[in-house]
Amino acid sequence: MLPFLLRRLGQILPTLAILSFLIFGLQQLMPGDPAVILAGEERGDPAVLAQIRAELRLDRPIWEQYLYWIGNVLQGDFGWSWRIRMPVSELILQKLPVTAQLAVMSFVIAVLIGVPAGILSATRRDRPADWLANGIALFGISTPNFWLGIMMILLFSVQLGWLPPSGYVPLWEDPVQSLATTIMPAFVLGTGVAGVLMRHTRAAMLTALSQDYVRTARAKGLAEKVVIWKHALRNALIPVVTLGTIELGRLLAGAVLTEQIFTIPGFGKLVVDAVFNRDYPVVQGVVLATALIFVLLSLVADLLYLAINPRLRQA
Amino acid sequence: MSRFPLAACLGLAALAVSSVAQAQHLRIALREDPDILDPTLSRTYVGRIVYMGMCDKLFDINEQLEPVPQLATAWRWEDPQSLLITLRQGVRFHDGEVMDAEAVRYSLNRHLTMQGSFRRSEMGGVTAIEVVDPQTVRIRLDRPNAAFLATLTDRAGMIVSPKAAEAAGRNFGNNPVCAGPMRFVERVAQERIVLERFPEYWDAGRIHLQRVTYLPIPDNTVRLANLQSGAVEFGERMEPDDLRAIQRNRNLRGVPVEELGYQGLQINIGNGPRANTPMGRDARVREAFELSLDRAAIVQVVYEGMYTPTRQPVPPASSFHVRSFQPEPRNVNRARELLRAAGHTAPVPVELLVPNNPDLRQAGEVIQAMASEAGFEVTLRASEFASALQGAVRGEFEVFLLGWSGRTDPDGNIYAFMHSTGGQNDGRYKNEEVDRLLEAARAEGDVEKRKDLYRQIMELALGRDRMRIYLWHRKNVMIHSTRLSGYRPNPDGMIRLQDLRLN
Repeated sequence: MLPFLLRRLGQILPTLAILSFLIFGLQQLMPGDPAVILAGEERGDPAVLAQIRAELRLDRPIWEQYLYWIGNVLQGDFGWSWRIRMPVSELILQKLPVTAQLAVMSFVIAVLIGVPAGILSATRRDRPADWLANGIALFGISTPNFWLGIMMILLFSVQLGWLPPSGYVPLWEDPVQSLATTIMPAFVLGTGVAGVLMRHTRAAMLTALSQDYVRTARAKGLAEKVVIWKHALRNALIPVVTLGTIELGRLLAGAVLTEQIFTIPGFGKLVVDAVFNRDYPVVQGVVLATALIFVLLSLVADLLYLAINPRLRQA
Repeated sequence: MSRFPLAACLGLAALAVSSVAQAQHLRIALREDPDILDPTLSRTYVGRIVYMGMCDKLFDINEQLEPVPQLATAWRWEDPQSLLITLRQGVRFHDGEVMDAEAVRYSLNRHLTMQGSFRRSEMGGVTAIEVVDPQTVRIRLDRPNAAFLATLTDRAGMIVSPKAAEAAGRNFGNNPVCAGPMRFVERVAQERIVLERFPEYWDAGRIHLQRVTYLPIPDNTVRLANLQSGAVEFGERMEPDDLRAIQRNRNLRGVPVEELGYQGLQINIGNGPRANTPMGRDARVREAFELSLDRAAIVQVVYEGMYTPTRQPVPPASSFHVRSFQPEPRNVNRARELLRAAGHTAPVPVELLVPNNPDLRQAGEVIQAMASEAGFEVTLRASEFASALQGAVRGEFEVFLLGWSGRTDPDGNIYAFMHSTGGQNDGRYKNEEVDRLLEAARAEGDVEKRKDLYRQIMELALGRDRMRIYLWHRKNVMIHSTRLSGYRPNPDGMIRLQDLRLN
């Protein structure tokens, strides 16, 4: 177990190093000169542009800019936002709990809907419950988030007046209001993921249920509940866990459209605004932080496999 | 025995006061998130809306766009290059420091000398700022500048607390300290900016709100939903068709206000190889293009007819608007004749660069259709704004559909765009006579003479050279709760907190 963990941790560093190259390099390919954007009305004045470039080190060679950035990052300094002059690390720490709360809530909704629906659909194959679950999954996958979001705002906020239409209140400030502001976006995000989880759970369960060990379990006279929950589901969960961690990673990377519609100040909104304003330090910082989250989640997924399937522990 | 009712009465009174205080919390939905909140370093229009609550200026403007004293009480031109300003007494900054001539000198110097200042070019002509006495400041200019007073009605005229600014340095924008009606409480980027009433404000009698929260909500539909559900009381720069959506809503009121800016077509006349096109080379082709357009029809299709068609950069609200210079009616036959005279028999290719947002793309399509009837073959290139702007600076465009938020003085809408050295003259238009007239208009103190100079500029640069094709003046559509009283619309689109009250 320990060597495995150390090996996986050892792989993280080169992964992040390569990612940092990619983040920095790809950003240089973006059209739109940050100095021109920052210069605003003075964009035609070469002296102003030169001054901004010098201040932001944009006049240095790219490798020098990269080394300066990565050197600071290694010391925990992600730089400053060019647009609002706040430390990037502070912005990340401000947005991370928001996105994390939204991601966890969406994920819980997705798991609560998707996994039971998948099991139900597999065990009641080709019966009305299966069709219903498939219909719901199809709706979840195919409904665009922005449409569902706006429809929910119009129904629950404008017509019924039950929930605030947008905005965010931190959990520690007012838990009830916090849930009220995040439940709609969490549902919008959650239904999409639930559809995917349901389809995968159903497929994995159908495969598991057709396996020999399930037939053996049934032949031994075990109750159907035990066969499904203890034997089939446990094996079926492995691909679902993989998928679940990927989906959770995606949720933690920020849900751009949903955050934009509900004005949730999370990662997605931060990075999109930063891209449009060519606020490079923010883009770099957020993308690096997101990559780190993904890498750590894949480590968690590996550990979960070990917990679910004992055979992997000997591998 | 009598203590209990007294305590109960006091408790109820306190509750009533606190609920009134709670009720006087105005929530304003902004179209974008402002940039840094430092008057010297900031550059966005939306940021100016927040400053209105926080940072008073030496001068404000009234509904007729005339400067009126704010932190100043009077001003006098000693000669065309020396402005004497008398300051209001008893004004304090939010940190308790006194606002005096020394603070004014500090703030104006900060605009002039701070690294990265966006005010430097606005105040470029200032050669000295002198403290005459604690209530009087003299500003010396290197040449006469009729637009200078107007400059002091915006961020350049905002006075910050020297003590706070010195202590915070470049981070002043994270906790700005000015002398406005509200003081800064907190900012969560992309989420909210909160201000609270400053009891020692010099004009505190006109401030009835206890708290103001600015909420950036970029999505139009969601901004409207917030107004409809009562989650915010004020929405700025709403869409024209939102007015129809709220027609039957008794809780909301819509106010369209003529704005200071414009939308127009910038033409590449001399910026790099892309200027070498029929449009770039020949004023007759540009005239033909202009004659092919029906501005009123474009505005009708895209903005429900709400915006005002125009042929000039100065809005009708300004006394400098040239009344005699109005859009010519669409004339396709004349446009075709002009193209023939310019030697074009085949369709003239034109690439139109439009910012990638729905209404401007639609406007581009209408222009494309109209121009094709006169013999143009317009290709649309929609580009994300930052890339489009960079392309404009580098001359990578033929015609660019671009707007400007506008300034109170006509100089702010014209000089930088038409002067050969202007910072926003991306098409590199150059006409020495126009340059001379622009300089003269900037220096002219007599309003009538100045108006005539601007008339000459319009007739030369636009009527003859067709260096740009101005299309329409937008309207700021403001929607607010009917609970809100005291709102006075101003063409600058700012939301002044004085006299605002929630009932």
